[in-house]
Amino acid sequence: MIKVYLDHQSSTPVLPQVYEAMLPWFSEYYGNASALHEQGLRAKAALNQSRKQFSEAIHSPDPESILFTSCGTEANNLAVKGTAYALQHKGKHIILSTAEHPSVENSVAFLERQGFTATRVSVDSQGFINPEDIRAAITPETILIATHYANHDIGTIQPVAQIGEIAREHKIQFFVDAAFSAGWLPINVQEMNASLLSLSPHRFYGPKGVGVLYKNRKARLSSIIHGGIQENNFRSGTENIPAIVGGGLAMQIAENERETRVSRLRVLQEKLWKGLSEQISYICLNGPLPGENRHPANLNVSTEFIEGEGQLLLCNAAGIAVASGSSCVSKNLKSSLTLTAIGLDITLAQGNIIFTLGKDNTFEQIDYVVSSFAKIVERLRQMSPMWDAFQKGNISSVIPGNPK
Amino acid sequence: MAEEYNPYNPIVMDHFLNPRNMGDLEDADGIGEVGAAACGDIMKISLKISDDGKISDARFKTFGCGSAIASSSMATELVKGKTIEEALKVTNKNVVDALGGLPPVKIHCSVLAEEAIKAALDDYIKRHPEKAALVAEKKHKA
Repeated sequence: MIKVYLDHQSSTPVLPQVYEAMLPWFSEYYGNASALHEQGLRAKAALNQSRKQFSEAIHSPDPESILFTSCGTEANNLAVKGTAYALQHKGKHIILSTAEHPSVENSVAFLERQGFTATRVSVDSQGFINPEDIRAAITPETILIATHYANHDIGTIQPVAQIGEIAREHKIQFFVDAAFSAGWLPINVQEMNASLLSLSPHRFYGPKGVGVLYKNRKARLSSIIHGGIQENNFRSGTENIPAIVGGGLAMQIAENERETRVSRLRVLQEKLWKGLSEQISYICLNGPLPGENRHPANLNVSTEFIEGEGQLLLCNAAGIAVASGSSCVSKNLKSSLTLTAIGLDITLAQGNIIFTLGKDNTFEQIDYVVSSFAKIVERLRQMSPMWDAFQKGNISSVIPGNPK
Repeated sequence: MAEEYNPYNPIVMDHFLNPRNMGDLEDADGIGEVGAAACGDIMKISLKISDDGKISDARFKTFGCGSAIASSSMATELVKGKTIEEALKVTNKNVVDALGGLPPVKIHCSVLAEEAIKAALDDYIKRHPEKAALVAEKKHKA
C-alpha cells in the first residue's frame, strides 16, 4: 500500500546519521554531564559540542546562550513564564499575537490568572502581525513581546526583525517561537534582536525529548524547574544527552542542506496547491500564497461543505498522513486558535486539512495525494446535507471570490 | 494482515468507511435535520413509514466527523423495521452500545443521532396527526 507522510510539522523521522550518532550515548557513554569523572566529562563535552552546533546555526553570539529543555513546549514555557517572573518588579504586561502556539498562549493565560496582563495583537486574514500594532500595544508596564516566526498552522512568516527592532527601541525583552521554523527558515538571532528564541529538533529530523531555548546574555530569566545547577541554573534536571547530541547534529545538517531542501519543497508545495485547487471545487488556501511569505513545508486548506476529521480519516485509510485544525479533531472540541484568529468562517474552519511536506516527499506522491484527496472530498460531499443544500441553491459558498 | 491504527474501534470504522443507508428518500414520510455546521455536525435522517406504522426504510446524510457519520449509519440500522413507538425509544446509548463504544468526547455525536431520529418521527407525526393520537394512546397504555 502507498504511504505518504504529510505531517512533518507534527514530527519528522530521525535522520539515519543522527540516529547513529545518538546510539553510543545510551549504554556506552552514559555519564551524567554534571559528574566530574571521565564518563561525566565526556557527556559534558558532547553537551557543549551540541550547544556549538545550535549556536552556529542560529548565529548566536556564543554557545553559552543555548539552553536545553525537554521539548519545544518547555522552552516556550520557560521563555514566557521565566521572563514574567524575572521582570515582574518592572511591570506585568505581556504582548503576544492572537495566533500563537498553545504553549505560548496558555503560558500567558496562566500568568494572567496570577495577576499579569496581556495584549493580544490581532493578525490579519492571512495571519500576518502588523509590527505597528505591537508598537501601539506597548505600555510602561510591558516586559515581554512574544511572537512566532512561522505560524504552526498556516505557515505565515512574520516580520520578526521589524518587531525585534521595536522591542529594542523600547528595551523590552523579545521572545521568538521558532519551533516550526528552525531547520527550514534562516535564523539569525542577532538580526532579529531576539532576546529569547525556541527550537524543536524533532521538527527537523532530530529526536524528540529535547528542546532548545536561545537566551541572550542580557535577557533576564527565572528558572521554572528547580533543582540542580544544570544549564547555568536556568533549567534543572539531568540532560538528555542522546537527544541533545542527535538534535545538534540534526540542526547542523538541516542548516547545511537548508537551501537544497527548501528549493525542492517550494516546488512540491506549489505543485500540491496547484493540483488541489484545479481538481477540487470550493477549496481555499488559508494563509499566504506559496512564496517567500509562507513556510515552504506548509499547505493549509479548507474544503467547503465537509468536515475535517472525516477527510483526515479517509486520508489515513488511503495511506496519507495529514493533520486538521477542525474542532472535531482536537480533544477540547475547539478549532485551532490560528483559524479563529484569521477570522476564517467557522464552517471552513471545520473543513480544515493541514499538509506539511518533508524533504523526502516526491512528485509522484503529490500526484497520488491530489487524486486521492479529490476522491475523498467528493465522497464526503455525497454524504453531506450541506453539499445538498448548496446544490439546490439553499445556501451559498462562503469562500471569498467563489460563485454564489 | 498488518496491524491497523485507527482512532475508533472496528465497528465505528466500518460504519464510517462503509456507511449503511447513506442518502435521501425521495418520498420520505418524515425528515429530521439537527445540528449546525458551527458546532461541527449536521445530521439529516429521512424515514419511510408504512401504513401499519413500521419504519420500512431509513436514510441519512451527515456533515461531521467519523463518529457522527458512524452514529447516523448505526441509528438508521437500529430504527429500520421498528414501529414508531419502538423507534422513539431508541436512545443515544443504544447507538453507542451498538457501535461498541465511542470516545467520551464523541458521545455528543450519538446524542445528535438520537435527536435526528426523533426529529424525523416528529415530522412524520406532524404530517399525520391521526397517528399522533395512536402513538400517544399506546404511550399512555404503556
